[in-house]
Amino acid sequence: MSARPATGLRAGTGHRRPAVGQYAGDRRRAWPYPRTTLGAAAAGAVAVPFLVPPYPLHQVTLVLVYVVALLGLDLVTGHGGLISLGHGAFFGVGAYTAAILLSSGAPYPVTLPAAGLVAYGLGHAFGRPAVRLSGLYLAVVTFAVAVAVPPLIRRLAPGGAMGLPVRTPGAPSFTGLDDDQWVYLLVLAVAAAAFTLMRSVIRSSLGRALVALRADAGAAELLGIHPSATRAHAFAWSAVYAGLAGCLFTWTTGFVAPESFTVTLSITLLAGIVIGGLGTVSGAVIGAVVVTFLPAPGLVSGLALVLVLAVAPHGVTGLVRRAPAFLGRRRP
Amino acid sequence: MRRLALVALLLVSACRPTSAEVVLSGPAGCAGQHADGLTPATVRVGGVYPLSGPASAYGAVAQGVSAYFAWANTRGGVAGRQVEFLVRDDGYQPARAVEEARRLVDSDRVFALFQTLGTPSTAAVRAYADRRKVPQLFVASGASEWGDAAYPWTIGFQPTYAAEARVYARHLLRTRPHATVAVLYQNDDFGRELLTAFEDAVAGTGVQVVARRGYEVMDADVQAQMAGLAESGAGVFLNVGTPKFAAQALAADAAMTTWNPLHLLNGVANTPSVIAAVGPAALRDVLTTGFYKDPVTWETDPDVRTFVSAVRRHVPDADPASSQVMFGWTSAAAFAAALERMECPSREGLMAAARDLRDVEIGTLLPGITVSTGPGDPYPVEDLRVFRFGDSGWEAV
Repeated sequence: MSARPATGLRAGTGHRRPAVGQYAGDRRRAWPYPRTTLGAAAAGAVAVPFLVPPYPLHQVTLVLVYVVALLGLDLVTGHGGLISLGHGAFFGVGAYTAAILLSSGAPYPVTLPAAGLVAYGLGHAFGRPAVRLSGLYLAVVTFAVAVAVPPLIRRLAPGGAMGLPVRTPGAPSFTGLDDDQWVYLLVLAVAAAAFTLMRSVIRSSLGRALVALRADAGAAELLGIHPSATRAHAFAWSAVYAGLAGCLFTWTTGFVAPESFTVTLSITLLAGIVIGGLGTVSGAVIGAVVVTFLPAPGLVSGLALVLVLAVAPHGVTGLVRRAPAFLGRRRP
Repeated sequence: MRRLALVALLLVSACRPTSAEVVLSGPAGCAGQHADGLTPATVRVGGVYPLSGPASAYGAVAQGVSAYFAWANTRGGVAGRQVEFLVRDDGYQPARAVEEARRLVDSDRVFALFQTLGTPSTAAVRAYADRRKVPQLFVASGASEWGDAAYPWTIGFQPTYAAEARVYARHLLRTRPHATVAVLYQNDDFGRELLTAFEDAVAGTGVQVVARRGYEVMDADVQAQMAGLAESGAGVFLNVGTPKFAAQALAADAAMTTWNPLHLLNGVANTPSVIAAVGPAALRDVLTTGFYKDPVTWETDPDVRTFVSAVRRHVPDADPASSQVMFGWTSAAAFAAALERMECPSREGLMAAARDLRDVEIGTLLPGITVSTGPGDPYPVEDLRVFRFGDSGWEAV
């Protein structure tokens, strides 16, 4: 990472306007209607549970769950330029933390911060030693975590290989909502909070330092940025997001089993964020749709991945962002 | 503005057009019960089976069930209702089984889940079925926990593993009252239940368990365990494995010339694939248990003939000689019996009927074995017979 020559940000990488370029000016093309889109998306998201039948609603809820996980993964991969193959494991640890607490009788609001805390601890424990080395080592260490977690769950967690069924949050009677609508709204609220928090993290000094490190680690270090501490923090926060998403997964499905959190999930998450578009919020959303509906890894999904990357190297988001300008040019 | 939005939200939430469930208004005594997926002329039923993955051999059960319902439909349906049977694949993964059950209930709106296969998948779906109050009938797994009164929407079918263990114990006490037994078992709920029940049944008698070795489902093979068991020199070997591992144990037993115990093969492992894999020579004099007619041994039986011709006609790619297909057919016949005995045409009515089957006879069950449930008896089939492998097939002992 640090040995890479200073190329700076190339135009059209699909990244959100980075804080680094705030004063220098950023001439890259961006989506021209951010506020309208955000407003429409928010209105649509709130209306969904009242328009959609139960099973599709369950799938939309899962999409939101993966949005949270991918927002976190994007901090490390999109903004930090590091590869994590362990987010499926953090997701699983969060899911199991919530499931174990729920089955021991804890009220469900407690499980969310608990899952986040456990994931934060693990993220620090594994990220700190790994990020001191170059980026590739983080991929290897996190891959090891992803491989080790399912057998550990099988041996140690209640339920073992059989999995653990738990109760799901029930709607308070005064709302008049069905349980699945309530879970959807809970997940939506958490996803919205996660989105807002992530926006401020990216604009904070931590986010700017992270992007600077990705662009040129040597120059960033000369500016007084501490590479390993910055990356370790980012990695731990990103693990928190994966853990929270895992907790939401437990709320949504009411069942956890070790084989849901294998290394395949980690790879699917990474593929999702790459297909969606690195470093963007819409990339996380599109990636979550991909993760939810992608058929089990195999020939078709593998070919689809290759095809997307060949046609749209900056993901679907990069493709869409260029569309308005492309159409504009065509007009006389 | 925000308050207005909240009010609008609450108003909308009262009318969710798509989630309207079918609730009976009459006759008296049935009012308020749920009947999604059931009309006077049709009934929609869904099952989840491992059509892919490590246990895909069990997928043949679904073929037997499909054959039965197709056959019943040509004869006017079950109690006048045409049965629409939807089959889903869970790859023997509990998490996928829950997903598929959810899809069947919420999206396909099935009346009942007829069969989930395997203890892990069934246990996973059970919590969901209980939450949604959907019948999960005659599951294809022999764990005792399907009789648990805490889950009134789930009921088993075949004799429990504990009942099977007691049959082995009884047989040994009768034929070899001072036997020493070595046990190979799968280290999960299935293997441990059978082992524990066997040990309880022989406790205080002359039959002794002198060695036991467990294996995990993820293990590659059971060579090490078999070597350890052979050292015990026990006179009887109880093979409590799922097909793949049971076949390895059978092959290892046949290859060992220094240790020749009486081999007891548990019923779960008695599949056509195991017999084909190890060959009849390795199976000679092996004992197992069963409760339905083996399609090969009972070739000339009129009910088995009906079964064979129906399978050939309706599910041509199924093997009518397979005991798995026969198992599916037999359990589907029991499901039809429960459907016929519903007093209220509702999910509640179906569960009540399934829990009150009085000595229902099914042609493909062994003579003298019936499907029988009642208050305090949540286990439909409880009887088993012992079989010995002769020259080419299973023979009654």
